[in-house]
Amino acid sequence: MEIAVSHYVVLACVLFAIGVYGVITRKNILIVLMCLELMLNSCNLLFVVFSRLYEGAAGHVFVLMSVTVAAAEVAVGLAFVVSIYRQKESLDIDLLKLLRG
Amino acid sequence: MSHTVLFYIFSTLAVLGAVMVVSHKNPVSSAISLVLTLFSTAVLFVLLHAHFIAAIQILIYAGAIMVLFLFTVMFLNIRNSELRFDSMNIPKRMTFLFLFIVVVGFFASKLFSSSPVVFPKLGDPENFGTVAEVGRSLFSDYLLAFELTSVLVVIAMVGVLVIAKGRES
Repeated sequence: MEIAVSHYVVLACVLFAIGVYGVITRKNILIVLMCLELMLNSCNLLFVVFSRLYEGAAGHVFVLMSVTVAAAEVAVGLAFVVSIYRQKESLDIDLLKLLRG
Repeated sequence: MSHTVLFYIFSTLAVLGAVMVVSHKNPVSSAISLVLTLFSTAVLFVLLHAHFIAAIQILIYAGAIMVLFLFTVMFLNIRNSELRFDSMNIPKRMTFLFLFIVVVGFFASKLFSSSPVVFPKLGDPENFGTVAEVGRSLFSDYLLAFELTSVLVVIAMVGVLVIAKGRES
């Protein structure tokens, strides 16, 4: 059976779902950030797939931008992690209730 | 034919790596599993003729971003007793798992039941996805967006310095 577009779409769907599952259930803030990367990565896969389908470079350029934004996001996120760990001595996201009313 | 075989091998590896990211207790093991997923996705990019993006994926994602993660894990020096696994009890987790399987299975059945959309033959397979082609698009049509990302990176860098330095006491 030839590999069709739907194979790639389902793969991206599965990867995204695993990422969402991790974000919802995990407690460690570092692993939550990694699951966010997983979700971004599955979207990049979709961009490349549709760029191949319609034969344009726009999808590739958008993936490039998305990787840049992901790098910036990880840098800021990890800075937050360091700053939270300094204050709370823990990476537990349930301890973060500074903004709770 | 080789496309089919390679797709199945590396999509399995990608899903396996993703599952290990979610299921490992230790952040270092999760980071290594994430590298497996990102590398497998890079192979899929090569299968889709996106050679430049595959190189970027390995250099920046699997290289720079993961090194940043591992560096932070080692910098924080987390003790093993602090690593608690989940924020939810097992029935709640199982409910979420079941929901995800149902939703993904629904989409999969919808996609596979309709007539499959196969990838058309490339008009210019020599040039599609190369550095020259992507670069031409990046520096002509998307020049403004490209320049704005540099602003974004500068803002992120300044923000990181301010956050990580903390308040002077």
